[in-house]
Amino acid sequence: MFEVLFEQTADGQRYIDWLLSGLGWTLALAFFGWWIAFAIGVVVGIGRTVQNRLVAALARLYVEIFRNIPVLVQMFLWYFVLPEILPGSLGNAIKQIPPPWGSFVPALLCLSLYTAARIAEQVRAGIEALPKGQAEAANALGLGGYLTYRYVIVPQALRLIVPSLTSEVMGIYKNTSVALTIGLMELTAQARQISEATFQTFTAFGAATLIYLALALIAYQSMMLIDKALHIPGSAPVKDIAGPEQPDDVQLPATMEVVK
Amino acid sequence: MNSLDFSIILQAWPYLWSGLLFSLALTAAASLIGLILGTCFALVQHFEIPVVSQIVRGYIALMRSIPLILVLFWFFFLVPIVLGHLSGNGRPIPIGATYTAFITFGLFEAAYYSEIIRVGLRAVNKGQFEACQALALSTFDTYRSVILPQVIRAASPIILSQTIILFQDTSLVYVLSLTDLLGAASKLAQLNGRLVEMYLAVALVYLVISSAASQCVASLRKRYAFTGAHR
Repeated sequence: MFEVLFEQTADGQRYIDWLLSGLGWTLALAFFGWWIAFAIGVVVGIGRTVQNRLVAALARLYVEIFRNIPVLVQMFLWYFVLPEILPGSLGNAIKQIPPPWGSFVPALLCLSLYTAARIAEQVRAGIEALPKGQAEAANALGLGGYLTYRYVIVPQALRLIVPSLTSEVMGIYKNTSVALTIGLMELTAQARQISEATFQTFTAFGAATLIYLALALIAYQSMMLIDKALHIPGSAPVKDIAGPEQPDDVQLPATMEVVK
Repeated sequence: MNSLDFSIILQAWPYLWSGLLFSLALTAAASLIGLILGTCFALVQHFEIPVVSQIVRGYIALMRSIPLILVLFWFFFLVPIVLGHLSGNGRPIPIGATYTAFITFGLFEAAYYSEIIRVGLRAVNKGQFEACQALALSTFDTYRSVILPQVIRAASPIILSQTIILFQDTSLVYVLSLTDLLGAASKLAQLNGRLVEMYLAVALVYLVISSAASQCVASLRKRYAFTGAHR
């Protein structure tokens, strides 16, 4: 059923090349988006737990804004609205960025900042799940605020939240498909293009679905390996409402945690 | 850069309002279908009904692994064909993007709700089942009157959070060119060229509704923390 993928397209490639190029953009977006999101998310998540009221309020504001606007709307804000509200020359310069970068950069910004807000909540949950004694012991040893976070709190919190980060990894690679609305030819967009060019809708969407499934499996398995390597012996998963569970259950309550 | 003119939003409000009503109707219908179907899926897995439970598990894994936009494309293409087969004459029956959206979101969300219910079912204290047995309740009555009410109640904050996510996800019907809140704004923006004002207003509406709803869920969670069952 997939023979049509190896037929010639109008531009001299094969349809499978379209799919692979779409996969490339999907992976690039998910990979770079993830690391930016992780960096911002850890900082904002720490910000939500510090004593300083101003910092905590700003961190909370960030999470509220980026979690409560749909990704698609955020995508439009970065792509359509930002160049218009920036000063004239800068806005025009952004509009001049040639495709595909003109879509890729706003999509990357959008997905990173959105996912960062979700990661921040997981990091906060991880930090709050640690026993108070950890910070107190660090203080008793003469560690200041920064060193306590750097060497005691954050390393433990990050190890605790690996299972719930799994669903954020799954989330970001699925959300890359939203970038098709601003013209990025990622995997789903390519599948639709192939379906329109060949009328083999079943084949085109089927191939894309199989690729997404494979990505999900790879992402899930790698996160399981990471969790196994980093798991704190004897620790319970964070935000566990249902007692000891299979790994795939643990992520559920935590992912759907709302902003408090 | 043109100066911003937010009076345009007031003129556009009736149309945006009808879009918002569509978004809310879609959210309500999809969460209702999703919750009912999701509960059935969870029970099928809970009772480990052979074959059916494997199919359901595969369906849930599939839905959770592929992007919602791709699911929308799939259903937009598949639903008319399936309906054609069901009606017997084998020819695809076009049903339009609106019904497709309702069917897709209902079936898609069922996968997510069923995972919540399934985890909830496993959390129910064994004593509850034993007490039902001691009272000689039938299996149906046990689940209908004792187990499911507790599961739904305990999981209600998570169910509501998922519904808020669903509300945000309904904006994706944009790819089917439907007139939900975002669709209405984007159609008006193409007519009057005021896309900055339109998209900012829409973002604000989503932000206000979603964060207000999140606050309600948070206070609900707090209240349940005091009166909730001691496990």
